[in-house]
Order: sequence, then C-alpha cells, then structure tokens
Amino acid sequence: MEERKAIVEIKNVNKIFGENHVVHDLDLTIYKGEFLTMLGPSGCGKTTILRMIGGFEEPTGGQILVEGERVEDKEPFERNVNTVFQSYALFPHMNIWNNVAYGLKMKKVKKEEISRQVAEMLQLVRLNGFEKRYPSQLSGGQKQRVAIARALINRPKVLLLDEPLGALDLKLRKEMQLELKNLQKKLGITFVYVTHDQEEALTMSDRIAVMNQGYLDQLDTPERVYEKPATKFVADFIGESNIFEATISHMTGDTASIGLEVGNALCLLEKGVSYSLSEMVYACVRPEKVLFSAGEAEGFNIKGVVKEQIYVGNIIKSNIIIANGQMVILSRLDIDEVPKVGEAVNIYWNPDDVVLMKSRGYQIHHVIENASLGGD
Amino acid sequence: MRSRQKKIGRILSSIYSYLVYLFLYLPIFIIILFSFNTSERNIVFEGFTFEWYLKLFDNGVLLNAYGNTLFVGFISTVIATVIGTLASYGMSKYKFKGKGIIDILLYIPVVIPEIVLGISLLAIFNLSNIPMGLTSLIIAHATFSIPFVVFTVNARLAGFDRSVEEAAMDLGAGRIKTFFTVTLPIILPGVISGAFLAFTLSVDDIIISFFTTGPGSNTFPLKVMELTKTGVAPDVYALTTIVFIVTVAVTFITQRDKKKPIKG
Repeated sequence: MEERKAIVEIKNVNKIFGENHVVHDLDLTIYKGEFLTMLGPSGCGKTTILRMIGGFEEPTGGQILVEGERVEDKEPFERNVNTVFQSYALFPHMNIWNNVAYGLKMKKVKKEEISRQVAEMLQLVRLNGFEKRYPSQLSGGQKQRVAIARALINRPKVLLLDEPLGALDLKLRKEMQLELKNLQKKLGITFVYVTHDQEEALTMSDRIAVMNQGYLDQLDTPERVYEKPATKFVADFIGESNIFEATISHMTGDTASIGLEVGNALCLLEKGVSYSLSEMVYACVRPEKVLFSAGEAEGFNIKGVVKEQIYVGNIIKSNIIIANGQMVILSRLDIDEVPKVGEAVNIYWNPDDVVLMKSRGYQIHHVIENASLGGD
Repeated sequence: MRSRQKKIGRILSSIYSYLVYLFLYLPIFIIILFSFNTSERNIVFEGFTFEWYLKLFDNGVLLNAYGNTLFVGFISTVIATVIGTLASYGMSKYKFKGKGIIDILLYIPVVIPEIVLGISLLAIFNLSNIPMGLTSLIIAHATFSIPFVVFTVNARLAGFDRSVEEAAMDLGAGRIKTFFTVTLPIILPGVISGAFLAFTLSVDDIIISFFTTGPGSNTFPLKVMELTKTGVAPDVYALTTIVFIVTVAVTFITQRDKKKPIKG
C-alpha cells in the first residue's frame, strides 16, 4: 500500500458537556484525499467530533492536528477547513453569488478573481444562472449545492459535511450521494462526512468510523465494516445481523465449536485473537449467510420454525423462531428456494461466514469506573 | 328569511366598524379641521384659513420646543437602539448566571407607573449632579426605551439560526465582521422596529419628561401641557396636523417594508 499522508490527527480527544461525556479517548487519523464517514446513531458524538475539527467546540482534553499543526485553540476562521452545515446555513439576506463569494471577500481577493472563481464554482455544482436568486427561492437540493460551493471556493484542506443530505428526499439523496462522491474524486479534497444513514456511509466512503456512545467502535473500509464488524454494536447497526450469545466449547485448529443457548454451532476463530475455553462471545451471521435444511448439518443443532415471510422487493425474508424465542432472519432472492411458513427447519452456516466478537472490555471498565467515582 | 338575516347582520357589523374608526379618528379630524379655523376660539368653525400655519413659523417658543423633542427623540433613540440591540444579542447568545433575573428586571421599567420612574430619575440626576436639561432628558428617554428595543430584537432573534454565524466564521470572518455582515443584516428589521418604537415613545412622553427636564429645554408635549392652562391657540393645531401627516406617511412606508422574508 502506498504511503498515506495524514491530514487530520485526533489524539486522545475527550469532550465533556456538563455531565455528558460525549467523546471518549478518541484517536483517529484522517488521510489526505480520503472520504471518511463518521457513522453512528444520534447522540454518538459524531457531530461533536466534526465541530471540534471545525473549531466550533473545544476538546475537553487531547489534541487535534491539521497538517501537523495543533488547532485546538484556533478560531474557526483561522483554520484551513470548511464546513457544510446540516441546515445549509446559507445567508438569507444575500443572493447566491454573494453567498458563494463570501469566503473570498473575507480574504480580500480581487474582484475580478472573485467573479471568475464564483462562476467556476457555480458551474461545478451546476447552478450557473442562479446568481441573482435568494436562498429562499431555491429547492433543498439547490441550497445544498450552494452550501457546498460556498465551502469549496475556499480550497479547504478538509471539507467537513454534517449530515448534508439529511433533509432531502430519498431520490434526491441518491443523486446527491453520487454527485458528492464524484466531486470529491475530481477535486481530491479530503471529505469528513457525518451521517446516521449506514447505506449512505457504505456507498460513499473510503473508510467508515463507526461511533457508539462516544467510542470509536471500528474504523475500516465499508467492505470490512460490513463483513467483519468489530463489535456487536457495529454488526447490529450496519445492515441486518443475527447475533447469538455463545460460549466456546471446543477449539480445533482455527475452528471452534460454540455452545448457544439452544444448541451447538461451528465457527472460524478470528486470526490474531486469542480465545480461551468457556469464553463468552457473540457470533454474528448476516441473514443472507444463514442456511437451512430439513436434517441436522454436521456440528450444528439449532432448530426453529418459520413464523412469517416478508417480501422486500426482490428479496424474501423469513423470520425463524428458535427454541429460546430469538428470531433469526434468513434472506433470499425471490428466485431462490425458501422454507415454507410453519415449516420446522435446522439452521446452520458456513463456519467462515460467522464473525466472532468478544464482549467489549473497555465498556465494562467504563461502567466500573463510573460506578466507583459516582458517575463522574 | 335566512339570507335576509345575514344581510342585516352584515350591515350592522359594517356600521359597527365604521363607528369604531369614527371614534378613533374623530378627535384627530377635529384638530385638523380647527387648524384651518379663522376663529381663535375652537368652539365653532367660522371660516377657512392658512393663517395659523403661517403664524406657526413665527412662534419661536413652540418651534423650539418641537426642535427639542426631535433632538431628544433622535439621540435617545440612537442610544437605546445600540444598547438594546447589544443587550438582546448578548442575552440570546450567552448563558450566564442570573440571566433569568435580568430578563425579568427588563420588564419592570415597562410595567411600573411612569411617575415612579420619573421621580427616581430626578433623584438620581440630583444626586449625581447631572444638569437638568437636554442631557438629562436624553438619558431618561434612552432609559425607558431600552427594554422596548430589547423586546423587539429578541423577537427577531428567536427565529435566528446560529449556524449562519458559524458559517460566516467558518468562511473566514472574525467575530465583529460576522456580526456586521451576517447577524445585523438579518436582525435589522427587528432593530428598526425597536428604533421606531423608542422614537415614538420619546416624542410622546410627558410624565418622565416633566420630572427630568430643566429650564429652557421644554419638549413639545410639555409646552402644549403648559399652554392648556392659558388656552391652546390654533397654531398648536397646525403643528399637530403637520406631525400627524408626517407620522402617517412614515407608518405607511415602514409597514410596506415589513413584509420582507425572514429566513432562507
């Protein structure tokens, strides 16, 4: 892999608002030219991280470096990063031309140069001809493009985008996702993108940082995040997952036999991770990887009954209830063979389709810490 | 039958509204009418004349009083608008201890009887050796106008999206530049309404002015009050008429501008 140059380095950053510990000991390096997405449910701290990079919040502890230079104490107008705000934050009293030109005017760029660059930017976001309009006269998608043009005209080292497509309808979102991705490739600017939409994250990103209650759970490529979720939370949040609580009962080579509440199963041990017998783990299997048969497969004995079937376009989802009442989802294309409703089936899977996860030690540690310090 | 009842109802309701307007505007109309009256005693209308309008320009005392009113009104409005706008902005932007109390304290000058405020101001001016005259009038007027400016600007700031300021700073504007290029233009309609309100209150005021004025710095309302003891001459009506017409014109202009949109 080629040598990548770090552009934003977040080192051991914490953020506490009053009694809320919003970001915990975050270490994150963002590389030059990449499209990094911060993904997580609302309240996971992703927007706070973005605002700390942008200069709108000060970290309670830790360092933030942009191009190797510490910026925690710098004002937003002293940083070479720009933000596209969730609510667009266009200036309502200025027309589109003046909105886009604002950054250059503040830098006291020459008039002819401003005119040239604004025209170029509006061309780039396909809004030429809208110069004289006011933000209130534009549609959501157009406003969004103005917000992007207004930020990009400053040639930022990093563009921060805070759920920029949140207010758009589905079809427009899809269009804008591609447009943004293309724009990023074309300009080669580092994008740091915040969203709670996992599909959006998977579609656009080079890397995804999955945030969970202020912790960085996983930082990896979209494929890896989907195929090899690092924690139960990631497995649950990204795509659909069947997650089983289990204990390791046998280990032979790289394969383990695990005991579920309702029976036994096989799975492949993660490389480079040490396990011990009787250790508690989570086994995660994607719905499309769940297999079924009438008889027991070797190493497996999980029985269930098909409760219902749901048609989702060209995919059929079968909900199978197993002995402890847990629901296992099995999804197939509608041209594939599916079990019948009411049918008793045996569930199994290919051992390398399972992701084995340890329970999160540091979270337990955090709970203990909280309890002993009285919640602070 | 039904439609007939409806028709009567409609007629009655329009008569009612005409009466309300008549009640509101008749006194003003009479003043205007008598400003053109040839008789000096405003009991019967004897004939039409512009005499009082001409005489008005010879009445130095009256014109001087009106000049004072405009001067005090203008300066106190500027002071109250600047202080009130900054106060409102600061209080909406920052959270601090005792903010709730300050919020409530702002209402007190509005609700307490003017006479209390007048006497208190008089006492303060005496204690602090501020000479009674135009200066004390300006300070007094600015004082009671500030809360009204704060309220109108508050109303505007309530619908103000802070991220617009963040966007300006993000794009390279410092705090002061952000205020003047983004915040102020957006809240300007509120600031202007507040200024108009402050000016109106100042020009109108009698009670507080009565306590805080000094020799030789009578305002127009005080002068008229004084004249009522000896009888009001029609040249006062003439001046009132001019003021009325100017005010109506200004009101129409500002109301027309008020319909501009607030947000993008």
